[in-house]
Amino acid sequence: MKNLDQLEKEFQEKIDRGENIEPKDWMPPAYRKTHIRQISQHAHSEVVGMLPEGNWITRAPSLRRKVALLAKIQDEAGHGLYLYSATETLGISRDELYEQLHSGKAKYSSIFNYPALTWADMGAIGWLVDGAAIINQVMLTRTSYGPYARAMVRICKEESFHQRQGYEIMMTLARGTEVQKQMAQDALNRWWWPSLMMFGPPDAESTHTEQSMKWKIKRKTNDELRQQMVDNTVPQAEFIGLTVPDPDLKWNEERGHYDFGEINWDEFWQVVKGHGPCNKERMDARRKAWSEGEWVRDAAVAYAEKKEKRQMAKAV
Amino acid sequence: MSKQWPIWEVFIRSKNGLEHTATSAACTPPMAKWHLKMPVMFIPVGKKVGIWASSKEIIASNPKDSGELFEPAADKPYRHPTFYDMPNEVKHI
Repeated sequence: MKNLDQLEKEFQEKIDRGENIEPKDWMPPAYRKTHIRQISQHAHSEVVGMLPEGNWITRAPSLRRKVALLAKIQDEAGHGLYLYSATETLGISRDELYEQLHSGKAKYSSIFNYPALTWADMGAIGWLVDGAAIINQVMLTRTSYGPYARAMVRICKEESFHQRQGYEIMMTLARGTEVQKQMAQDALNRWWWPSLMMFGPPDAESTHTEQSMKWKIKRKTNDELRQQMVDNTVPQAEFIGLTVPDPDLKWNEERGHYDFGEINWDEFWQVVKGHGPCNKERMDARRKAWSEGEWVRDAAVAYAEKKEKRQMAKAV
Repeated sequence: MSKQWPIWEVFIRSKNGLEHTATSAACTPPMAKWHLKMPVMFIPVGKKVGIWASSKEIIASNPKDSGELFEPAADKPYRHPTFYDMPNEVKHI
C-alpha cells in the first residue's frame, strides 16, 4: 500500500505530464472537493442562467429571434445536464447537488442576479455574458479532469452561436432608430461591468487560483482572462458604434492591451453574498420549479421500478 | 431523497466504422434511455449516427434508427454559428 505522499507525488507528476485525471483514478480529497464545487457551480449557472432569458421568449421581436433564443435556452438546460453528470462522476448525487443550490450552500455565477430589463439585454447577454463564458470555457477544454474537459469541448461548440446571435441583436439595434440605439447602449452600460466580474476576484485576492493552476484546473488567472475579454470586446463595441462605459479605458501600446478602470468589487461581493437585484427572485423560481416538478420525478422513478420488476419477473 | 441509480456513460459514433467516443455525459438508467430516445436534445450539433449508453450492460441505438434520431438537428441551421452574419472586421467572435 502506497502512502499518501507517494500517491500525491504520482498524481502531480501525471498532471505535469499533461495527462487527464479520470473518475476512477486516485485523487487528493481537495482536488475532488474543488471539482465538485467548481463543476456544480458551473452547472447551477447554466440552469439559473435560463431564468433571465426565459422571460423574453414570448416577447422576441421576430421568428428568427425567437427560434434562436429558444435554442440557446435549450442548450443551457443541456449544458446543465452534462455538467451535473460530470460532477456525479466525482461521487456526489444529483439530489445532493440540487439541495446545495436550493439551500444557498452552492453558488452560481452572480451575473444571473441582474435583471434583463429590455430586449437589448438578450443581445448584451449573448454577446458579453456568453462571450465571457467562452473565454473561460475554452481554457477549461484543457483542464486536468477528463469528464469536465470533455464537457467543455461540447459546450464550447454550442456556445459560439449564442454569442453571435447576441452580437447580431446588438448590431441590428445599434444600426436602427435612435431609440433602438439607446436601448443597445443602455444594455451595454448595465452588463459591461458585471461581465468583467464574471472572471472572479483579482488574482491578488483569489483564494483558489494558485492551487488551481498547479493542478491545471485553471490554465490562466482571473486577471489574464479578464484582460482577454476587454481586448476582444472593445473593438466589437466600437465597430457597431457603442461606447464601453469606462472613462479610463484606453489602448496601451506598450503593453499591447487595453488599460481599463477599477472594478467595483464591493458590488461584486454584495451580489455574491445574496444582495444583488434578483438573488431572491432567482432562488424562489428554482425552488418553485423543483417542488412543482416533484410528481414528475416520482412518476419517472415509479415507472422505471415497475419495468425493472417486470423484467426481473420475466427472467425467473 | 429519491432513489439513487448506478451511473451510466454515454458514447457517440459520428460515422459508421468509426469508434464510439466518450461524451461528457454520465447518467442514470432512465436518463440513458432518454439519451437514446432524444439525442437531439443532448447532442445538438453536427451529424451523428449512433449512440451507446453503458454501465454493466450496454444499450445501443439501432443503426436503422439513425435518421429518425439525428436528422431533426439538420433542419435547425440557427443552431450553427455560421447562421449569423458577422462582418469581416469583427474579430474573436
